[in-house]
Amino acid sequence: MSGGRVNRDGVNQGSVNQDSADAAGAEDTVKHLDLDGLLDSPETRIVVCCGSGGVGKTTTAAAFALRAAERGRDVVVLTIDPARRLAQSLGLTELDNTPREVAGIDRSKGGRLHAMMLDMKRTFDEIVLDHADPQRAEQILANPFYQSLSASFAGTQEYMAMEKLGQLRSRGEWDLIVVDTPPSRSALDFLDAPERLGSFLDGRLIRILSAPAKVGGMGAFKLLTGGVGLVTGALGKILGSNLLGEVQSFVAALDTMFGGFRERAERTYQLLQTEGTAFVVVAAPEPDALREASYFTRRLATDKMPLAGLVLNRVHRPQADITAERALAAAEELTNGKAAKRAARKSGNGAGAGAGNGAANGRAAGNGAEPPLSAQEEAQAAQLAAALLRLHAERVVQSRRERRLTGRFLASHPGIAMLELPAQAEDIHDLDGLREIIARSA
Amino acid sequence: MPVTNAAEARRAKPDWPAVRLHVVTGKGGTGKTTVAGALALALAAGGKRPGDRRVLLVEVEGRQGLAQLFDAEPVAYEERRVAVTPDGGEVWAQSLDAEQALLEYLDMFYKLGPAARALRRFGAIDFATTIAPGIRDVLLTGKTCEAVRRRASHTHSGHGHGSHGHDRSQQAGDRVFDYDAVVMDAPPTGRITRFLNVNSEVSGLARVGPIRNQADAVMRVLTSAQTAVHFVTLLEEMPVQETLDGFAELREAGLPAGGVIVNQARPVVLPEDRLKKAAQPGGLDPAELEAGLAPVGLADPEVVEALSELATEHAQRVLLEAGQREELSATEAPIYELPLLTDGVDRVGLDQLAGQLRRQGAA
Repeated sequence: MSGGRVNRDGVNQGSVNQDSADAAGAEDTVKHLDLDGLLDSPETRIVVCCGSGGVGKTTTAAAFALRAAERGRDVVVLTIDPARRLAQSLGLTELDNTPREVAGIDRSKGGRLHAMMLDMKRTFDEIVLDHADPQRAEQILANPFYQSLSASFAGTQEYMAMEKLGQLRSRGEWDLIVVDTPPSRSALDFLDAPERLGSFLDGRLIRILSAPAKVGGMGAFKLLTGGVGLVTGALGKILGSNLLGEVQSFVAALDTMFGGFRERAERTYQLLQTEGTAFVVVAAPEPDALREASYFTRRLATDKMPLAGLVLNRVHRPQADITAERALAAAEELTNGKAAKRAARKSGNGAGAGAGNGAANGRAAGNGAEPPLSAQEEAQAAQLAAALLRLHAERVVQSRRERRLTGRFLASHPGIAMLELPAQAEDIHDLDGLREIIARSA
Repeated sequence: MPVTNAAEARRAKPDWPAVRLHVVTGKGGTGKTTVAGALALALAAGGKRPGDRRVLLVEVEGRQGLAQLFDAEPVAYEERRVAVTPDGGEVWAQSLDAEQALLEYLDMFYKLGPAARALRRFGAIDFATTIAPGIRDVLLTGKTCEAVRRRASHTHSGHGHGSHGHDRSQQAGDRVFDYDAVVMDAPPTGRITRFLNVNSEVSGLARVGPIRNQADAVMRVLTSAQTAVHFVTLLEEMPVQETLDGFAELREAGLPAGGVIVNQARPVVLPEDRLKKAAQPGGLDPAELEAGLAPVGLADPEVVEALSELATEHAQRVLLEAGQREELSATEAPIYELPLLTDGVDRVGLDQLAGQLRRQGAA
């Protein structure tokens, strides 16, 4: 290789991409998630996007919903905690707990898109208002224990997301519901928390606590038989007696109002097990996110919940077919090799000589027919090329790591369908961005 | 150890000399646990002799993130050593569990033998630790504050701390506290103020009584100059927005805000004048790139196109990050930056991050 001549053979020789060769075996057998097939099928009624926090669930849910609507379905998307600008682009400027139609979508295929943001406290309040007479409802809403529970219990958000899903479903106004899930550390929380809250509110402890309030002197009698007094006594000590009293009056008000919080939770849970529901596990190609995705995938299988596949979000792929080693060696050569030294010498000798030559004069330097670049320009061009080659090498290393992690996940979940969404340089915050991310991959 | 000395020589003056409880929060996916681990290593470094410095790393969400981070066996409720710095500083770890903390607490104050069993049988422990709002948080923060205040010479009869597994009294010497610092891998940004502000959380519920007393004791530590709450973020819109909101909430609640730790910052590889051009698709002159690649035999149109695309992506990302960095300055907090480790975080990577935190004065 001499001078500035392009050695095209060199490109090919140097570019046998070991990384893609390694991963090819695994990826050949990976089933591609047929997203359009899933979204188009009239049998698909609910799509639940789940996964650990920070993997892009909300964006994925919004992008799927938009895609389905523009392909002709009547869709509502329930988001939990969208980024502000994404929320605005969906027209979610106020948090009013009602679906609003999204403007600016392509309706030529007859589809519509509604979007809403979950307000968990309001959803809880609405359950109370719907099921109790006004006086009792007011009592409950004013109860400090209720206020804390509805605003901050770690599982309330999950429970209310389930509740809202059940409500949207029973309204029957949409033929597809896409649900985002709360941003918990563990994806399993979405499935477990409602059951926990439901069983607590409908459970043994609550009955014990409500017993004194309901039947007066019975508490003392039960003390002899079931240790109830021990329990309330100990709870009173820990919580303070006024807190216990508030819990008791909350429970009493709730109990006569609607039996079966657990029943409600169970009904929604069953809805998730029906044929029309499809779970999509969202993960980034990172160890923590894939581990959570793995737990969740197993759990869905155990509970016989239908898994459509894995969405692997924020995937990095090298654009050029050059190995990291080759790219780094080339960058090194450009910075410290013979060519760089020669360029440095040249620019030292003829300082300013070529300064007047714009890059335009030196176009297509490779074919040697036109005047060469000035030494200074040549050095700058080499620097630029070296920087980009190093960037490329980094990308290759990252991609190699992502493939390794993904390959491990796929090996332990054979047969799972997968859809890869590329990492974006910028955050997505408008409909075009949502459209494009799917268009590039589906 | 020449390497350590060289690193120490470059070290900035620490920004938080008085802080003994470092609470590390961050939006999900920002690397909060990794940063907490690196910070613990950074705080444990710099002792004169091995064992001089000792830091406790506490996790409160029970996901065994610390064990995975240090590639150690599962971390239990008991404190256990998980790492030693090159200069002999020790990092201990503990996975806090609200239920165990409650039982320990009940045992300590009430000697509830049979009642504790009954409580458990009727789901009362589960109720108190997972459902009753605020109580779980009081227990977890309470247990952490206990570790912060624990004196080196103190014997923990009946506290369940008998099994530390090493003889501290020998090393205690001039040591005042059991741990020089405690680092908490805390709940995410969206929940951090509520989590730490146990006082207001239980105030509506427990106006008097033991929970209330415990909450008051916790708040004395958390609102003091001994505590700082650090926010881990990426230079992306949503985590940055959450960081700004988190700072505002924290300050409003009178809790001590610490620094911003920017994680996974990308190095800028293009000079500034190139960045703006490159940010436009096709903004770089392909002829120039081709000329640059020619000496190494890579002046192939496909390579040129691929690298131009990469340059555009990089430039857009850098400009976006610059904008987000600007936004973060509104916190008026010290900002530290940790590089993206493209090959994943292992112990070597953690040490590298810890070194960065020390050099920049975070520890």
